[in-house]
Amino acid sequence: MSTVKTRRDVLGTNALRPDGAAKVKGEFSFSSDMWSDGMLWGATLRSPHPYARILRIDTSPALAIDGVRTVLTAEDVPGVLTYGLIDQDQPVFAVDYVRYMGEPVAAVAADHPETCRRALAAIVVEYEVLTPLTDPEMSLDDSVPAIHPNGNVFRHQRIVHGDTSVVGDVVVEGEYEIGMQDQAFLGLEAAMAIPDSDGAGVELHIATQWLHEDQKQIAACLGFPVERVRLVLGGVGGAFGAREDISLQVHSCLLALATRRPIKMQYSREESFFGHVHRHPARVQIRHHAKVDGTIVKIEARMLFDGGAYASTSSAVLINGITHIQGPYRCPSAVVDGFAVRTNNPPCGAMRGFGVVQACYAHESQMDRLAEACGLSHVEIRLRNAMRTGDTLITGQPVESVAPVERCIRETDALPLPPPLPETPNALELPGGTGLTSRRENIRRGIGWGVSIKNIMYSEGFDDYSTARCTLKDGVATLKFATSEVGQGFVTLAPQIARSVLGINDVVVEPMDTSIGSAGSTSASRQTWMSGGAVDGACRLVRERLFEHVGTTNGIDALRLVIDDDEIVDTMGTFRIKVADAAPGIRFEETFEHHHRPTEDLDENGQGNCHVAFAFVAHRAVVDVDVELGLVKVVQVATAQDIGRALNPLSVQGQLEGGIAQGLGLAVMEEVIVQDGRVRNPSFTDYLLPTALDAPEVVYSLIEEPDPQAPLGAKGVGEPPCISVTPAIASAIRQATGRDIRRVPVRPQDICL
Amino acid sequence: MSENQTYTLTINGLKREVKDSWIGESLLYVLRERLGLPGAKGACEQGECGSCTVMVDGAAVCSCLVLAASAIESDIKTVEGLAPDGSLTDVQQSFIDNGAVQCGFCTPGLIVAIHNLLDSRPAPTDLEVREAISGNICRCTGYGRIFAAVQDVIEQRGATK
Repeated sequence: MSTVKTRRDVLGTNALRPDGAAKVKGEFSFSSDMWSDGMLWGATLRSPHPYARILRIDTSPALAIDGVRTVLTAEDVPGVLTYGLIDQDQPVFAVDYVRYMGEPVAAVAADHPETCRRALAAIVVEYEVLTPLTDPEMSLDDSVPAIHPNGNVFRHQRIVHGDTSVVGDVVVEGEYEIGMQDQAFLGLEAAMAIPDSDGAGVELHIATQWLHEDQKQIAACLGFPVERVRLVLGGVGGAFGAREDISLQVHSCLLALATRRPIKMQYSREESFFGHVHRHPARVQIRHHAKVDGTIVKIEARMLFDGGAYASTSSAVLINGITHIQGPYRCPSAVVDGFAVRTNNPPCGAMRGFGVVQACYAHESQMDRLAEACGLSHVEIRLRNAMRTGDTLITGQPVESVAPVERCIRETDALPLPPPLPETPNALELPGGTGLTSRRENIRRGIGWGVSIKNIMYSEGFDDYSTARCTLKDGVATLKFATSEVGQGFVTLAPQIARSVLGINDVVVEPMDTSIGSAGSTSASRQTWMSGGAVDGACRLVRERLFEHVGTTNGIDALRLVIDDDEIVDTMGTFRIKVADAAPGIRFEETFEHHHRPTEDLDENGQGNCHVAFAFVAHRAVVDVDVELGLVKVVQVATAQDIGRALNPLSVQGQLEGGIAQGLGLAVMEEVIVQDGRVRNPSFTDYLLPTALDAPEVVYSLIEEPDPQAPLGAKGVGEPPCISVTPAIASAIRQATGRDIRRVPVRPQDICL
Repeated sequence: MSENQTYTLTINGLKREVKDSWIGESLLYVLRERLGLPGAKGACEQGECGSCTVMVDGAAVCSCLVLAASAIESDIKTVEGLAPDGSLTDVQQSFIDNGAVQCGFCTPGLIVAIHNLLDSRPAPTDLEVREAISGNICRCTGYGRIFAAVQDVIEQRGATK
């Protein structure tokens, strides 16, 4: 292969975002920026109670307000009354009962957002308030009445592996708790629903992670065949899992069909906290058995995930949790019990890391304890047990992915540490930042470690394929796919793939919509692998057609032709022609579906090849802690991540840094506070997100060992950065303070009281 | 609604009439929904996230906290008014070049805030940059590429002096 001479922005380069100019100028159209002639505004009435019986709803006072066009309740849903990603148990509008604070009860359409607000206030709902079930342990108690006809347990799964009778020379155990985190994407839920003129269909412009799954669920609730519901991706302002479930999709379509007018809906920040699922709070009891030298021989664990009122993806989050509880370490024997349960707390579902975040905080806290029990350093204990390619997981599944765990740890360890805190630091650098409350003499520095394994793609037999179409004419490629661009940069990557495969510069990406087959969800770190594979496949098919044409036209065997830079070259002759000139006026078009290899369900002992592939990462955190005030400043995070291959190094760096900030948030800042089923902090004033002053220095190393299973050699990079950084920070706080940190987020009282 | 008013705002140097507007509407709402200037974004409605940052009389403010009708005497500048049509400011170009844009929802507010910072303080320290944009939340990038973008602009402007 010759080196690329003239083409820009192929795979491996820092290609820049094609939507960058529009975004920096404020011209990019997010779903909340849409506007339509004659549109009305939609809004949702939500339950003020975590658990109550609906005795009566009177919408007539709202309908009497000037400017109100319609008010809808469950009685107005023409199709199925519930939706959901795995189990369809979540009502479009509450029927008889409300099961969480914020559950939708009715929706209105009116001429102005303020009219909507007044209409919602005028709807009369009489409730019989019931005592909410809010302790997930109680959901496992058979004597507690079910709060839903499907019962209080979403799923129980056990893993039994190896010799369960083995007892270690060293045994350490702990109980850990993980709080509820919000995805807090900045671009609030928003949609524009436009009814067909005959009222027999609807077009929805929506910010979502998975157009086709939304389409299926919406059509069922509307009572339409799927083809009557057309979805177009509206500009997405971040997702992180929170756009995998339905929020305002069905409501906006129902209002549009009822009024025969375009409907614009957008949530406020407060409503967004009630309108999407969160990261599951979890409790983990875990016991490690090891030899005196620190080698793990068995783990025993019990994991309890609070799924809240409706199923969402709880059953899949649970499986991710229990199948990753061993961490990136060899473990010959295991007994694990996992439960995902229903409560009257807010529904929980997908968030970046999807069950593995909870498992990782527990297993990494345990590794620290095990190191101390065995007299090893935090690095030595992890190296001693580091998983390798070919090892067998506690599910019996062999790790076929490249598994450079040892290299992740060693390369992280080799990254430079930050300088010590100066004797007279700028107050902004101290814990507490702009609060200017910390004093230098109360600051202690700590260093902590976290290492993780994360599955990529969907699991348990699900075929989450992706579809892409490539059209080539006169050197210009046009790509079509339904892959949700949520900010991660697939719109940058897809043209890079086409340029590399086809030897061209000019690539057009068509709008993402449901007029082509599904791309699956932008989640599970899967789009580079799956939609990248689909775009690569479609482009390769087009290249074959192009070579056949050029071969036939020039009397050359097509198998002898290759792309060299921007030319087609005969490897056994002197023929060369620019791709752009090779087939004037001829249009080549191919569609390709990429499927990953099949996976299996788990059996009753939790055994089975349930995951497709794995990625690994190590994090080392350095923190300064004010031990008097309980404040923490994360100074630096070092990380080495197993990425397979850096298709766009700048984009990878952005994912690493962004994921680390979210993991930092879970470690020391972010928690949705729920008391008696009530969310107490649904705002950015009270739910604190990392700011520019909270962001640590990030030093990193990319580990590029291309994965032979991956279409482009690249593993997904989205989730791993946010997983083990949280336990690394908690570990560093432990080291700085000597405190036994058993929950995240770590609160001031956990440090100083 | 009966509480409606008609008034004029000065935005990006142009007089813009706001017709029949409910007096409770924020400057953010009027810019976005009445005047076709959706560059400022709404993400918290509490002045916490900075996505709606615009300049009012030379100061960076959260437009979600300003009643539009109270800004009739003011000179308002939005992200749309920073660069002439078809061009980019140095800060905008640097954001693209440094990978400081992911989902892009916080980006317009950050661009305005950074112009505001560098106009008043051409060579801020790293900590001054961090403090100046600590009212602009970005959920995607972790801020690293944003700091790099600002640093590049500071160096470029310093070099061309």
